Amino acid sequence: MPQIKLSTPLADENVENLRIGQKVLLNGILYTARDAAHKKMMELLDRGEPLPFDLRGNVIYYVGPSPTKPGMVIGSAGPTTAGRMDAYTPRLLSLGLKGMIGKGKRTPEVIKAIKQNKSVYFTAVGGAAALISQSIKKCRVLAYPELGPEAIHELYVEDFPVIVVNDSLGGDLYDEGIKIYSTI
Amino acid sequence: MQHFFYNCMGEVLSIKTIAAGAITETVARLCMEANFFLGQDITDAFNKTLGEETSLTGKEILKQLIQNAQIAAENKVPMCQDTGVAVIFLELGQDLQIAGGGLYDAVNEGVRKGYAEGYLRKSVVDHPLLRKNTGDNTPAVIHTKIVPGENLKITVAPKGGGSENMSAIKMLKPSEGIEGVKKFVLETVKAAGPNPCPPIVVGVGIGGTFEKCALLAKEALLRKLGGPSPIPDIAELEKELMNAVNKLGIGPQGLGGRTTALAVHVEIYPCHIASLPVAVNINCHSTRHKEAVL
Repeated sequence: MPQIKLSTPLADENVENLRIGQKVLLNGILYTARDAAHKKMMELLDRGEPLPFDLRGNVIYYVGPSPTKPGMVIGSAGPTTAGRMDAYTPRLLSLGLKGMIGKGKRTPEVIKAIKQNKSVYFTAVGGAAALISQSIKKCRVLAYPELGPEAIHELYVEDFPVIVVNDSLGGDLYDEGIKIYSTI
Repeated sequence: MQHFFYNCMGEVLSIKTIAAGAITETVARLCMEANFFLGQDITDAFNKTLGEETSLTGKEILKQLIQNAQIAAENKVPMCQDTGVAVIFLELGQDLQIAGGGLYDAVNEGVRKGYAEGYLRKSVVDHPLLRKNTGDNTPAVIHTKIVPGENLKITVAPKGGGSENMSAIKMLKPSEGIEGVKKFVLETVKAAGPNPCPPIVVGVGIGGTFEKCALLAKEALLRKLGGPSPIPDIAELEKELMNAVNKLGIGPQGLGGRTTALAVHVEIYPCHIASLPVAVNINCHSTRHKEAVL
């Protein structure tokens, strides 16, 4: 299957054309956030304060990288389980977040919000963290350095490999994939 | 080191002594090796399943995992950013003496050193509800067995959160029997879906008490991949479960395919007349563990 190249921030029409199962190479800036950073972002929104980065058109990568070895850009940086961020996701999508990268199933509420907001959830290969790190060319801590691996990092990536799991039509590759291969 | 003593009968006794520092060094090395180097048994399983997998996406994922292991080994970086809680199994010979410090202190010092020097992620919080990171990945979770002899066998098995979170335990009624066990294993693997990073290794404990059963399931993950149980009916059960799990269609990374599990290992233990505990401990495709004997 041919791979699609996309740059961030993602354009609406590019996201709306994505379909489950498609392989995409992402280029540009990704923002990292996992449990603790999401909680802090919710507190900012509750107080009416701006977030550390503009959500509109952007992509959040759920990852807590391992420490960076001297001479390298970043440590190993594969996706973490997305489901832990489900409680926060619909609110971020309604504010313009366009894409997410993680691993594992999303709740029906998140899938519905992805459809409503014409956004996308990608998966990267869980546990292929050393390989994935090679497509991360720059990395800096953008907010919450005290959170260590859970800090918000700004990553600059080239041809970062992902697969479309939930598309803007409400499709779910996890459900569809199992249907094809289940023999029970 | 060997020390000589006389007992009350005037006989010479020899007691082997190892320094706590040597335990620390070994644990540190094993923490790094377990995270950098994929086991040969797992690499072999990846290559075997690559030939059997019919999903193109599944095949590509298996290839990426093989490539990932090569990059990690070459650069001495962790295969996965989640370098886990350090789960450590000790088999301590009853005739061995440890000098220069406490055994568990030496092990935790080794974890501290290995996770710092190996640039491994520190993923342990001090209090499960207040959740402040301890900053050095200690304390380890340590399981000790006292065995005959004068050696210390150390196994370091870093365990990631994604797969540990999908594990489950259930106290079945004895009348539910083998069918109840199979049903629970399949339900657990199905509910886990893509989250534990399939293709998974499934450790199953049957019998014992509540806590013994969970430990059996964890120990089952340490067995060489696919090496069958020495108990014939359990080896048969492993085969059946492996077939059934791979019929679920979950596949590599849960995106659909034939390869849902690389192996199913079952360990058993006698239990109470009223009980049939079953525990399912799921591990990711890399099922990291390294061992050494001092």
